[in-house]
Amino acid sequence: MTVAEARPVEPLHRRLGLTDDELEAIRDRLGGREPNDVELAMFSVMWSEHCSYKSSKPLLRTLPTGGAGVVAGPGENAGVISIGDGLAVAFKIESHNHPSAVEPYQGAATGVGGILRDIFTMGARPIAVLDALRFGDPESQRTRHLVDGVVRGVGGYGNCVGVPTIGGELVFDDSYQGNPLVNVMAIGLLDERLLTLAAAPGPGNLAVLFGSTTGRDGIGGASVLASATFSDDDPSKRPSVQVGDPFAEKLLIEASLELIGRGLVDGLQDLGAGGITCATSETADRAGTGILIDLDAVPRREPDLEPFEVLISESQERMLAIVRPERWDDVREVCERWGLPAAIIGRVTQDGDIAVVDGGREIARMPASALTSDAIVHQRLSAPPAHRRAAPAPGAPTVVSDRLPERGMDPGAVLLALVGSANLSSRRPVFEQYDSTVGADTVVGPGHGAAVLRVKGTTKALVASTDGNQAVGGFDPWLGAALSVAEATRNVSITGATPLGVTNCLNYGDPTRPEAFWQLTEGVRGLGDACRALGLPVTGGNVSLYNESPAGAIAPTPEIGVVGLLEDVATLVGPAFTTDGDAIVLVGESGPGLAGSEYARLAGTAVEDGPPSIDLAREASLQAFVREAVARGLVAAAQDVSGGGLAVALAECAIWSGLGARVRLPVANSPAVEMFGESPSRVVVTTRPRHAPALELLARQHGLPVETIGTVGGSRVVIRLTGAGATGAAEERGSDVADELDVAIDDIGHAWEQGLARSLGWEAS
Amino acid sequence: MSSHRFAVNVTPKPGILDPQGRAVEGSLGHLGIEGVSAVRVGRRVELTVDAPDAAAARDVVERLASELLSNPLIEAYAVEELEGVPA
Amino acid sequence: MTVRVGVVVFPGSNCDRDTLHGLTVAGAEPVELWHEQASLDGVDAVVLPGGFAYGDYLRAGVIARFSPVMRSVAAFAADGGLVLGICNGFQVLAEAGLVPGALLRNRSLRFLGRDVTIAAERLDTPFTHAIGERRPLRMPIAHGEGCYFADDATLDALERNGQVLFRYVRPDGAPSDGDERSNPNGSLRAIAGVLNADGNVCGLMPHPERASEAILGSDDGIGILRSLVDSAARARAGAQVAVGAR
Repeated sequence: MTVAEARPVEPLHRRLGLTDDELEAIRDRLGGREPNDVELAMFSVMWSEHCSYKSSKPLLRTLPTGGAGVVAGPGENAGVISIGDGLAVAFKIESHNHPSAVEPYQGAATGVGGILRDIFTMGARPIAVLDALRFGDPESQRTRHLVDGVVRGVGGYGNCVGVPTIGGELVFDDSYQGNPLVNVMAIGLLDERLLTLAAAPGPGNLAVLFGSTTGRDGIGGASVLASATFSDDDPSKRPSVQVGDPFAEKLLIEASLELIGRGLVDGLQDLGAGGITCATSETADRAGTGILIDLDAVPRREPDLEPFEVLISESQERMLAIVRPERWDDVREVCERWGLPAAIIGRVTQDGDIAVVDGGREIARMPASALTSDAIVHQRLSAPPAHRRAAPAPGAPTVVSDRLPERGMDPGAVLLALVGSANLSSRRPVFEQYDSTVGADTVVGPGHGAAVLRVKGTTKALVASTDGNQAVGGFDPWLGAALSVAEATRNVSITGATPLGVTNCLNYGDPTRPEAFWQLTEGVRGLGDACRALGLPVTGGNVSLYNESPAGAIAPTPEIGVVGLLEDVATLVGPAFTTDGDAIVLVGESGPGLAGSEYARLAGTAVEDGPPSIDLAREASLQAFVREAVARGLVAAAQDVSGGGLAVALAECAIWSGLGARVRLPVANSPAVEMFGESPSRVVVTTRPRHAPALELLARQHGLPVETIGTVGGSRVVIRLTGAGATGAAEERGSDVADELDVAIDDIGHAWEQGLARSLGWEAS
Repeated sequence: MSSHRFAVNVTPKPGILDPQGRAVEGSLGHLGIEGVSAVRVGRRVELTVDAPDAAAARDVVERLASELLSNPLIEAYAVEELEGVPA
Repeated sequence: MTVRVGVVVFPGSNCDRDTLHGLTVAGAEPVELWHEQASLDGVDAVVLPGGFAYGDYLRAGVIARFSPVMRSVAAFAADGGLVLGICNGFQVLAEAGLVPGALLRNRSLRFLGRDVTIAAERLDTPFTHAIGERRPLRMPIAHGEGCYFADDATLDALERNGQVLFRYVRPDGAPSDGDERSNPNGSLRAIAGVLNADGNVCGLMPHPERASEAILGSDDGIGILRSLVDSAARARAGAQVAVGAR
C-alpha cells in the first residue's frame, strides 16, 4: 500500500460543506441514525448559509416586523402590505452575488428571475424591479467585464419578462473588487383576496411541479456525489452555472397568476436555491404536513440524472403547486395552454416527513422541519476590531488625494470632480439599457431619486427606493445601517409619500470570523433601531455572507429597499427646481465628520476624522415634516442631502431643471463640511416666497432647525459661505476649500453626463 | 505564409438550458412539421487566417474559439476547416 | 356601439395589457386575440403589441408570424382591414411581409429604453389623422432590434409612395440628420414607422400606448391610437378609410 492509498479521503459530509458538529446535529434529528448520501446532499444544501440563515437567524429575530397593514412578513416569500382599495403591495430584495462573479450575465439574469418568482408566487403581478449593483475599481478590466455582463443580464431578463426596471444603485468601492454585489428588489401588486401562501396543507393533496424541465443547473459542490460513470474531469457534465430563460418566466407569471386567480391552487412556492428539496420541505413545514416525492415523475431536461441531482438541482423557472386532486385537470390545462410542462411529483402526507422515492424504492426520509425551521442555528462569536474610530471630530481633511484638480482649489472645481465622479455622475448610460416604461405605469423612472408608479384604477401611487451606505459601514457598522435606512426612507418621504415597510439585503463577510460577525450584529442592530425610530416594519429580505476574497472582505453593506404610498399622485413632488424666484429652504443642520463621504473619497480623510452621527428621532421628525409640508401644498420641490453633500444636492436640482441657485450658507463647522459633508437628516425644499414663512414655522413646530438660504434662478449654482468660518481666513485654518462656489449649470451638467462613461471607458453617448 | 479558411460552430453545452432551441422546437407545430426534436440553436463564425501552415492557422482559431467566440462555462465549440479562400 | 379593436397576444407579448388600456383611453373596446385562435372575433381593427413574442428567439417576430392568428390577420389585411404593429408587433409584420423592410439590431448593439421624438410625415392616413397638426411627438422606445432597414431601391420607393409614416426627429421637430441622440437605433433615413402599399397596415417602433396619458409624462401617443379607433369606426360604417381619405 502506497502512502497515497493510505491517506484517508475526507469524509463525505465535509466534502459537502458540513462540519462535524452539523453531522452530529443531523444524526440527532434522524433519531440517532446515520444519514445516507442522498440525505446528506439534501441536508448540505438546506443547511447551507444561504438556505438556512444559520448564522444570522438569531440576529434577525431582533428586528421589528409587525405593523397594522402587514399581511405577510419575514418567513414568507415576500413581504406584503395593504394599500387600501382592496389592494396590497408585495416586495422583497435578494442577492445573487457569487453567481454574478462567476458568470455576470447569467448570475444577474437569474437573480432577477429568482426575486420575481418570490413576488408572483404570492399572487402579485410583478410591476417593478430595482437593481443595486456594486463593483470595485471602475478602471480595472475585471470590473468593466462584470459591469457589462451584469447590466446586460439585468436588462436581458427584466426587459424580456416585461417588468420595468425603474431604479437601483450603481456604486464603486475598492472593497468590492474581489466580490461584486448584485442585489435585486422586486415589487408586485395584488388583489388582497388572492394572497397565496407557500404552505402545503391537506394530506392527500397533490404536489405539482410546473415550468421548465429539471437539469443539472447549480449542482456545484454537491457534484462530489457524482457516481463513477461521470468523470470529474469532464466539466461539461456538471454545469454549476444556472441559465435563465425570461420567456419561460413570462409564461410562468401568466400561468401562475391564472391558477391563483381561478382558485386552483392551495399553496404555491417557487423553486430557487435548494430546488425541489427546499420547496417541498418549506411548504410542508409551514403546514405541519409532509410530502412524499416521486423522483421518476419529475420532467427532466436530459437522461441519466442521478437522484440527488434531481433533488437539489437549481434549474430555473419552476414552481411547486399544492393542488386538490379534483382540480388537477384544470391545472394541467392551464399549464398546457401556456406551454409549460406540468407533472404530479408527489403527495402531501400527514407524517411531517419529506420522503423520496426513486424507481419505486424509498431512498431518503427526514422530518421536513429538520431541513428548515429546525435546521441548525449557530451562535457565532462576535468581537469588535481592536482599533475603533474615536467619536467624530470636527475638521477638514489634511491628506489630499491627487484626483482633485489642485490643493486649495476653489470649491467649484471640487463640485465638478464630485458630480463627474464614478459614484455621483449620471447613471443614464446604464439605465437606458433597461426598459423602464413597460406596464404603462411609470410616473418617475430611473435617474431622479425615488421611482414612482401609478396604480391604475385609483388615485394612488407607489414610491420606491434602494440605498446602502457601505462607506460609513466600514468605520461603524451600526451607523452605516442606520444611515442606509434613513436615506432610503427619506428618498421616499420627500416625494410626499409615506414609507410602508423596509426590505433588506445584508451583505457581509465570513460569519466564522468574529470581527465580520460583529459587523453583521451591529448592522442588524442599526437596521432595527432605525426602523423602530421611524415606526416601520421589516417585512423580509435576504442575508448574503462570506463576501470575502483573498483581497479582503467587502465593506459591510446593508442594502435597504423601501416602498411608500402616495394617496393622491397629483400631490407628487419631485426634486428638480420648478420656478424662477422660488425660495430655497434648508431644513436640518450639518454636523461634523467627513469620513465615509464622497468628498473624502476624492480628498482623503484625516486620521482623526470620523463619519457624521445620526439622531434617529430627528430623522423621524424631518420625514414627518416633509410629508406634512407636501400635503399642505407648501413644497414646490424637495431634494435630500446625501452623496456629495449640499453642493451636489443643489447641483442636481439645477441640472434636472436648467434653473440655477444663489445661496448663502453660514459656516458652523468648516467650509468642506457645509458644502460637501454628508451628515444626515437634511432636506432642501423650494417654495414660492410667500410660503416660506409657513414652511419655516412648520419645520420649527417639528423641532427642526430651518433656514431660508437662497433663491432659484440664473444659469449658475452659487454658494457663498458666511460667518466666522468664511472670513477668508479659512485657508489659514488649514481648510483646503475656499469660501465661494460659483459654477455654470452647463459645466456641471457636462461633467455629470460624461462621468460614468469616462470612468468605465465607455463611448460617450 | 498561406491563407486558411475556417468556421467555428458554437453551441450550448449538453445539459445547458437552451431557451432558443426550445422555443423553435415548440413552434414547429404551427408549420405543420412533425418528427423534429432536440433543437439546439448556436452560432457560426467564419474566418480566414494567414499563417505559416494549416496547423499553425488552426491553433489560432482554437485560441479564438475558446477565448472569444464561445463562453466555456455554457458553450462548446467545433472548428471546421473550409475549402477555398474567398477572393 | 363602441369600436372593437383586437390585440393579439403571443406567448411572450408583454405590452398587451398596456395596449388594451391605451385603446380603452382612446375610446375603443379592446379584445384579446390569443395566438392559437384562427378567428378575429369580428373586430374592427387589429393591433400587434410590443414585447418579446417567443422570447425573440431565433429572430424577433419570426416564430410569431407562423401562429394561427397571423393567418387570419394577413387575410384581414389583404381585405383592407386596419392593422397596427407596435415595436415587436412591427417586427412580426415585417417578418410576415405585411409591411416592407426589416428591423435589425440597434446600431449601438445595446437595448435602448428611453424617450424619443417622432413626427408624422403625413396626416391623411388612418393612423395619423387624429393627431391634428404636424408636431413633434414624444414617446418611449424600448428595443434591442429597432434599426429599420431596406435596400436603397425599396427606400426610394417608400419615399415616393408616401409609405414612410413616422421619422425620428430632434426634440424641436427638426430633422435628426445624423444626430445619434435623436435616432439612437440608427434607422435608415430615420424611419420610425412605415405603411404598406395599400396604406391599411402600419408598423412603428416607438410605443404610443406608453404616452397616452399626461401622468405618464406625455400623451403625444394618444393621437395615433385615436386615429386607429376613429378609422375603424368609419370602416365599420362602410366609409372609405384608405390613405388619402380624411
